[in-house]
Amino acid sequence: MSMVPTLLSVEGLSKSYGGVHAVRSVSFELRAGEILALIGPNGAGKSTCFDMLNGQNMPDSGRINLLGEDTVGRKPRAIWRLGVGRTFQITATFPTMTVRENVQVALVSYGRQLFNLWGSTASYAREEAGRLLDLVGMGAYAGRPCGELAYGDLKRLELAIALANQPKLLLMDEPTAGMAPRERIELMRLTARIAREQSIGVLFTEHDMDVVFEHADRILVLNRGSLIAEGSPEQVRGNPQVRAIYLGEGLVYDARHREEAGT
Amino acid sequence: MRRRHVLGAGLAIAVAGMAGSAMAQSEIKIGEINSYSLLPAFTEPYRKGWQLAVEEVNAAGGINGKKLVVISKDDGGKPADATTAANELVSSENVAMLTGTFLSNIGLAVSDFANQKKVFFLAAEPLTDAITWSKGNRYTFRLRPSNYMQAAMLVEEAAKLPAKRWATIAPNYEYGQSAVAVFKKLMSEKRPDIQWVDEQWPPQGKIDAGPVVQAVAAANPEAILNVTFGADLVKLVREGNTRGLFKSRAVVSFLTGEPEYLDPLKDETPEGWIVTGYPWYDIKTPDHDKFLKAYQAKFNDYPRLGSIVGYQTIKAAAAILTKANSTDPEKLIAATEGLTMPSPFGEITFRKIDHQSTLGAYVGKTALKDGKGVMVNSVYRKGADYLPSDAEVAKLRPKD
Amino acid sequence: MAFYFVQFLTGLASAASLFLVASGLSIIFGVTRIVNFAHGAFYMLGAYVAFTLTERFSGAFGFWGGIVVAALVVAVVGVLVEMVLLRRIYHAPELFQLLATFGLTLMVQDIVVLIWGPDDLLGRRAPGFKGAVDFFGQNIPSYDLFLIALSPIVLGGLWLLFQRTRWGVLVRAATQDRDMVAALGVNQKWLFTSVFALGVFLAALGGALQIPRDAVHHALDLRIIVEVFVVVVIGGLGSIIGAFVAAVLVSELNAFGILIFPKISIILVFLVMAVVLIIRPWGLFGKPEAAARRTPGLTVTPWRPLTSGERWILLGALALAAMLPLFAGNYALTVGSEIAIFVIFAASLHFLMSVGGLASFGHAAYFGLGAYGVAFLAKAAGLPMIVSLLLGPLLGLLGAAVFGFFAVQLSGVYFAMLTLAFAQIVWSIAFQWVAVTGGDNGILGVWPEKWAASPSAFYWLSLGIAALAVTVLRVIVFSPFGFALRATRDSPLRSEAIGIDGKRVQWTAFVISGTVAGIGGALFAYLKGSVFPDSLGISLSVDALVMVLLGGVETVSGAVIGAIVFKAANIWLVSQTDLSKLVLGGFIVLMVVAFPKGIVGTLEAIRNRWRSPEKKSALATSRIETAE
Repeated sequence: MSMVPTLLSVEGLSKSYGGVHAVRSVSFELRAGEILALIGPNGAGKSTCFDMLNGQNMPDSGRINLLGEDTVGRKPRAIWRLGVGRTFQITATFPTMTVRENVQVALVSYGRQLFNLWGSTASYAREEAGRLLDLVGMGAYAGRPCGELAYGDLKRLELAIALANQPKLLLMDEPTAGMAPRERIELMRLTARIAREQSIGVLFTEHDMDVVFEHADRILVLNRGSLIAEGSPEQVRGNPQVRAIYLGEGLVYDARHREEAGT
Repeated sequence: MRRRHVLGAGLAIAVAGMAGSAMAQSEIKIGEINSYSLLPAFTEPYRKGWQLAVEEVNAAGGINGKKLVVISKDDGGKPADATTAANELVSSENVAMLTGTFLSNIGLAVSDFANQKKVFFLAAEPLTDAITWSKGNRYTFRLRPSNYMQAAMLVEEAAKLPAKRWATIAPNYEYGQSAVAVFKKLMSEKRPDIQWVDEQWPPQGKIDAGPVVQAVAAANPEAILNVTFGADLVKLVREGNTRGLFKSRAVVSFLTGEPEYLDPLKDETPEGWIVTGYPWYDIKTPDHDKFLKAYQAKFNDYPRLGSIVGYQTIKAAAAILTKANSTDPEKLIAATEGLTMPSPFGEITFRKIDHQSTLGAYVGKTALKDGKGVMVNSVYRKGADYLPSDAEVAKLRPKD
Repeated sequence: MAFYFVQFLTGLASAASLFLVASGLSIIFGVTRIVNFAHGAFYMLGAYVAFTLTERFSGAFGFWGGIVVAALVVAVVGVLVEMVLLRRIYHAPELFQLLATFGLTLMVQDIVVLIWGPDDLLGRRAPGFKGAVDFFGQNIPSYDLFLIALSPIVLGGLWLLFQRTRWGVLVRAATQDRDMVAALGVNQKWLFTSVFALGVFLAALGGALQIPRDAVHHALDLRIIVEVFVVVVIGGLGSIIGAFVAAVLVSELNAFGILIFPKISIILVFLVMAVVLIIRPWGLFGKPEAAARRTPGLTVTPWRPLTSGERWILLGALALAAMLPLFAGNYALTVGSEIAIFVIFAASLHFLMSVGGLASFGHAAYFGLGAYGVAFLAKAAGLPMIVSLLLGPLLGLLGAAVFGFFAVQLSGVYFAMLTLAFAQIVWSIAFQWVAVTGGDNGILGVWPEKWAASPSAFYWLSLGIAALAVTVLRVIVFSPFGFALRATRDSPLRSEAIGIDGKRVQWTAFVISGTVAGIGGALFAYLKGSVFPDSLGISLSVDALVMVLLGGVETVSGAVIGAIVFKAANIWLVSQTDLSKLVLGGFIVLMVVAFPKGIVGTLEAIRNRWRSPEKKSALATSRIETAE
């Protein structure tokens, strides 16, 4: 284990809003190729934690070390440049472009061609874009308008975009939210495969416990801003504190969540 | 009623324009441009004036037997659109000359166009001194008494006032700025003892009258020079009356005696202001009587100053074309320089030295009569008497 | 001391009407998201109708009754406008409603002259409020005191309305989140109509209450509309309290500004607005606008470069246009040059608006700066035409670089208003700084040199530069930079997350757009032979917006067609009739209703439907499958 380099180490991360502690002194580490799930009931501080990791939110205190760099106070785009790919709870793609163009824009940015006024984007890194789309199983859709994609396909497209900068770390906020159960499993399997093959570390938040327990190597459990448990799926499953939380609220939520996803 | 006339006249013009090409040999076309849609209050009476003149000219046999046709264009108050219109008139309609314009900047734009394209231009209403002096050119003449002339006429009266502390209120753009500058210069020459205690520069068309009046009152001047006009003037007068600004203070005001500006003030017209203007109800000369009768008979309306300017512009154009007996611009210039002709205000001359006509203005005092503003004790001031010496003019005007 | 106090009260009185009109605009925007350009027109109509009524019915009852009835009458007109016109276009692209209300404004300007005649009208003084009250030797008009008392009453009334009635709660909810109200099952149509009616009523009341102080005339609308936009933006869109505070602020600024800076009082207001927007991008009392939610599954046909067939067709069209001098006269060629120049101008704004998603309301600033740049170089420095043409637009570039830096920090309506403020500042400088710019009288004698002096030579020059400019902008659209710009527009969140510095990308786009506009302006100076502050003015900025929207904001180069159609119609109408505003306004309104995607947008939609009926249905089925 110690041979594998640490990608991300978080120490004493805290954030409060008007006296309410959203995140309280959270610390953890993530290694290359490891799939780490961050779970917890609604309002546990997952999103706040996530936003601080990717630069959208400034922590009150604590340190974030990403690939050897202190990233507190850096903008999301700077963190991306360090080799961090991102997907969002509600997909964020470019609806007025084709599927391939969506990936090409990310490749343009990765190739530092953003201020190239004269080239043709259509031919820019076309093969690489195709390869990424094939990787997530979207190759056949490359020429489609992104605005016409079904939600599950959008999620896969987002994954392709997130892989464009050959990331060492993927941050995925609720990667399977809003998807049908079968699609969830498929997407996470795909993610896990890519992560293992390319030795990418993955940190994801998730509500669906089936997804979490099937794919995560390790699980962090947040409750009311504090880390209450950490360990392998078996360890966490057996943790009485976690069971208490999830018997209390989680299952209720889960059911509702499924209902949503089914529509 | 009035509007039907306008529409009818417009239609007549359009028809005349269409028929124009077929009758090119038997008629002479004049291109006319003005801000009809932006400033209808001033340009409607102006249009009636020139329509009357066209009718009279043609009734008297036209231009050496040819029918006079005026093709009129709207410039929307934009210099760029005026240039487009001028171009259309010259290139498509082949007019013999350009006339018209009200706003100074449009007058200048058309004047510069005329200079560039070598077309004769008779500017009707723009007041700026630049059009005959600093930016004058050989193709441009101007009818209406200029800013300088109006200022000189007013200074003559203002200098007689005992007042020593003066304040000025003028719209903050070229017209207002140059009116104040000329007035101050001429006034200080005559009365080295006076002091300028305050100046207000409200934005044109956007005066915030209350604060302006208040600020002037705070400076406690003995006399005030006003250059605002139109809606700004109305607001200024209303606030000034309510707040007692004009009480026991002399006011000298540019153009306020013109019916265009005086009539909207109705029963709130301040009394005793020294103004330039046009007291059509008070002028008892045969020339003016004839004009007044014809105008009232044709339009069932009284004339404004614009009517005089419109009327005289086309009369002058006809006289120039008749004298030149040609549409060649050079011959038109030669015919105009020194041309003397009658007008409702008496005889006028187009000066050779700066192409300014000597049309004058009436200077008098405002008064209230039957709930309406009028000018009283008006005296006609000949334009020729209120222009600088030839030597000075020669210095002001660029060499052709 | 008494003087300053009275000056303060005077400012408060001026604030009253401004507040009424601004609160109406703010309410309408809050709920319907319509930037109601016709708000000034309703204000003016209120004044005209009140004038007629108060002339007709004398006495205190006649006067006050006349004022209120006038506002009600105009509110009914507003309801008709909302039901007949605006309802049809709520789903059109953002800002399309602005185009429609702009068309209305043009129409109203001519209509009031047709109904009430061209003369300035002097309304009656308010019975009981004709005189002045003495205050330590200073006179305060009693009507001012009435107005000062009125605005807090109206403010309080609105507050009660919004806090204590179900309708008010709905309006507030809609202001915060429109989708939520739709979800609550409220009849959105009537909510919008009633809100529009209230807003128009307030505007008309503001106008009617001016008749004892002002003259009623047909330019009242433009005089107030810009100031009202300023107030609403400083206060924060959708905030009534904000409108109140900002109205007072602006009016006091005017009242005291003339004491300290008598010559730059108009700039002052815009400077303050610019500073407020830079420091508080959502106005003093506004809240950050939630990012516009894109409807999921929004179908937008992605842009694609021209096929080679299309390229040949366009080259053919260009060749055809280049042959115009063979059969057209000088006038037609000059009009052709003017249209070509406006194609450049519209294309530059289109680039910013449609590719960058940034709707500038002050784009004429960069056009005009280009024109002044040429005028300075050609007249003051005496440089040859080619050099002036090349260097003149740099002034536009410089202006765009400075103003654009601040403007791109904002988005949406606030961006629009900040660009408007900058344009007004530049315009005011050109208008009032006579010593340098010649002020209103402009700079004359900027004529082309011999080689370009003939109408056909200048036409070819303009056409060539226009073709070049449009081509270059198109190339940029499909360049990596163009994609970065579109990415920033489509999803700021995603583009930041793939390393795109959105602000820098938008700033660059702003500079490109401003420079191209400056090139148009440079040519314009030579076409007209003179430069005036008009070329920086609001009406030119609005013209450009109209051209872009008319062509179709969601197209790649729709502005080209929009510019040709609008400019040609405009020139022709101005030449043919004095009622050009009425006809042009009517034309715009009809276009908006008939072609809510713009001319090119509509054509493309038709073509797409024609092309792939079976492909569409196939996609639709596949989507249903995946959803299940």
